[in-house]
Amino acid sequence: MTGNARTTKAEHIRHLLETEGDAVAANTQGFNDGRYESVADLEDYEALKEEARAIKEDAIERLPDLVDELREAVEENGGTLYLADDAADANRYVRDVVADVDGDSVVKSKSMTTEELELNDALEADDVEVVETDLGEWVLQVADEAPSHIVAPAIHKSRESIAELFTEVFDPDEDLETAADLTMFARRKLAEKIVDADVGVTGANFVTADSGTMALVTSEGNARKTVTATDTHVAVAGVEKVIPSVEDLAPFVELIGRSGTGQDITSYVSLLTPPVGSPTLDFDADETGPAADREFHLVLVDNGRMDMREDDDLRETLYCIRCSACSNSCANFQQVGGHAFGGETYSGGIATGWEAGIEGLDVAAEFNDLCTGCSRCVNACPVGIDIPWINTVVRDRVNRGEDAEFDWLVDGLVPDAEPAGLDPQKRLFGNFSTLAKLGSATAPVSNWLSDLSVSRGLMERFVGVDRRRDLPTFQRETLREWAADRPPVRNPDRQVVLFPDLYTNHVQVERGKAAVRALEALGVAVRLPDVTASGRAPLSQGMLATAREHATDVADALVPHVEAGRDVVVVEPSDYALFQREYERLLDEDRYETLADGSYEVFEYVYGLLANGADADALADGSGERVAYHSHCQQRTLGVETYTEAVLDDLGFDVVTSDVECCGMAGSFGYKREYYDVSMAVGEDLATQFSTDETVDRTVVASGTSCLEQLDDLLARPSKHPIELVAP
Amino acid sequence: MDRFTERLADFDVSYTLTAPDDVAAAIEDVTTQPAIGVELPDGLGDLPESVETDPSPAELREASTGVTEARLGIADYGSLVLPTTADGVEPISLFPEHHVGVVSSEDVVPGMADALADLGECFRDASGSAVVATGPSATADMGALVKGAHGPKTVHAIIVEP
Repeated sequence: MTGNARTTKAEHIRHLLETEGDAVAANTQGFNDGRYESVADLEDYEALKEEARAIKEDAIERLPDLVDELREAVEENGGTLYLADDAADANRYVRDVVADVDGDSVVKSKSMTTEELELNDALEADDVEVVETDLGEWVLQVADEAPSHIVAPAIHKSRESIAELFTEVFDPDEDLETAADLTMFARRKLAEKIVDADVGVTGANFVTADSGTMALVTSEGNARKTVTATDTHVAVAGVEKVIPSVEDLAPFVELIGRSGTGQDITSYVSLLTPPVGSPTLDFDADETGPAADREFHLVLVDNGRMDMREDDDLRETLYCIRCSACSNSCANFQQVGGHAFGGETYSGGIATGWEAGIEGLDVAAEFNDLCTGCSRCVNACPVGIDIPWINTVVRDRVNRGEDAEFDWLVDGLVPDAEPAGLDPQKRLFGNFSTLAKLGSATAPVSNWLSDLSVSRGLMERFVGVDRRRDLPTFQRETLREWAADRPPVRNPDRQVVLFPDLYTNHVQVERGKAAVRALEALGVAVRLPDVTASGRAPLSQGMLATAREHATDVADALVPHVEAGRDVVVVEPSDYALFQREYERLLDEDRYETLADGSYEVFEYVYGLLANGADADALADGSGERVAYHSHCQQRTLGVETYTEAVLDDLGFDVVTSDVECCGMAGSFGYKREYYDVSMAVGEDLATQFSTDETVDRTVVASGTSCLEQLDDLLARPSKHPIELVAP
Repeated sequence: MDRFTERLADFDVSYTLTAPDDVAAAIEDVTTQPAIGVELPDGLGDLPESVETDPSPAELREASTGVTEARLGIADYGSLVLPTTADGVEPISLFPEHHVGVVSSEDVVPGMADALADLGECFRDASGSAVVATGPSATADMGALVKGAHGPKTVHAIIVEP
């Protein structure tokens, strides 16, 4: 990305933060809180998610057979099924259906797939009037704006702005002020359109191959009216929506509303086996007619999906049920919404997969960097899609797509395994290991240099490092150098290999020393291996080949220790998460499992030692010290932040934990000039939580390196890793 | 049944428990005019005289109350499963601002999976359709939650105990 492009992007994001940010944040955070509450009521949420996932895996695997079965069922019911290759093909079919019934007006219920096809434009080109009946979609149609959220398309608009819009466009007799006024006005307007319409177009959330039944998940009742009031029903759905049977709908019906907007269930789940059996309604002649006069067309859209099915990394995208959990649980999305974090049609974390598969890498590249890999969406996704991984893979493909033809010229001249055309900003952050080693070796000179305003200006201009951020201060003595002089622990109970990640080894050395002291005090011998770069930095930049090289080095260094009975302890949560999650994709299965099973987050390990009889008195006594703790996003996804809370609590600290999804720094993300503002906006929520009457005088601790850096920028008081509280 | 009525209340659905012989009176109590409806299946009792059946499209739009049967109740969600029928359960339960759904206590199933197992057979054998309706229609698209978007603003369940 050029400097100018960074400036444009930064301005665009700043504009959205100012104009739409508050409305988007209030709505998405409300949905997200609702999700936590609603899924907590389920008897076995995890089992339900696994069931849903298994159904989707099976359905996508058998998709061509299921489509054949579905075609038979639809035709037996008296409908037709059309499998459209692409948008043009699908639109042509729908236009023909409308023309065949001499239709000049179409009402639609909400359908993202028809947004993808730009079906409205295609119909309007034939002079057909198209009216969206979902109130949110209708507001956007009237305002001529794009959806900012896949489920609640108009969340970026406030009640006031909708009232202004309606007043300006319709000049109504009555004053429109409250949400109820606006809703009733829209209901009346749309009722006229619905009874006049010739054709009803709906989407479909699911289609069952056994019976030709489609499920439509709605709340307003507009989809019900769209189908009932028109004689000709066209349902448009991505081909991935087909599942085997009606019974298979159960876990999805239970999960989709809870995962999305935090509702246990939406008002209506229409289970239609069209053509439906209701009498036809001729409002002009005031007559009803037989259901047999109804017509039904199911248009299943490929548009890149069958290729995604063959793509080992993008295939999971097809399991997506478009619930919006990945948008609502995403700290960045909560601030900027889908107008920044979205492509041509889809928005939020999973949009990278959809847009890459349907539109192409160039569209995905425009917003893909807003995924920081924090992984908070992973547990929120009802079908367990590894959304951060899809973002990483697409980022890697984007990196490789640029100037690939010049690779042979300079390959081998760069410190990584990436193509020559790689964005220099990504190369800088992806090669943090080189920087860190050099930084410590030349400290304090390296720190003086990086602090000079002239260097910061150059860094901002050429690699997009925002000059408002403090850069990491490299320590002259690394953790490994310090530890080399430690006297050995006599008769140790256990042997630990402490992973000296780049930050702990070069920058936040004090937390490393504290970890060593704490472990030794509990009777554990600690050694530090000669490997520091985990691969997290290049992975976050989509530099997969480089990440894989680092992962291999780590496994070479650590797996023999595990095999020799030593435990691996990790201070940095993002590296611990890497060992547990992403290494599965970067290493062979045996070595991944050995390392994942043999490694522990530092407080997880301390907790285990104490639970197995180690003497808690060897650690610092909390004596009621009041602490505000921010756990790390990836740590929370793995559920290991509870160990920190439990140990601090056991030692007598009084702990309050933040509940934001992410601090907003997310590794290098917050340093990037184009994302500085969104990073700070995310951080503000955390700063607010730690500045209340209850928290403002508490000692601030955080597990992650980037969280600590963000907290340093957000709060006037200092912060540190919790291990520094408990170490003797 | 306790779970069902508790969940009906969670979703702002009022309810009456009644014997089959008293269904007509119970409907009358919660109906405003003009009212339209469908004849109730055997065992669910009778419609009161004041409820018109077989409405024209104009009557459908003008009606204040719609009375229909529900094929099932789902206890976990307080849902009424409204079948799509030739006599118009779907439009009659949808267009008026007040919906009265009549369900037999014997047709209340515990969970979503039980309901879909029942419906699966019907859909495969007879191309049936149904709506799982939970509470009134609603929208949050206008800046706050509003009951009664395109469909009913209020829902009342009449639970018939044989």
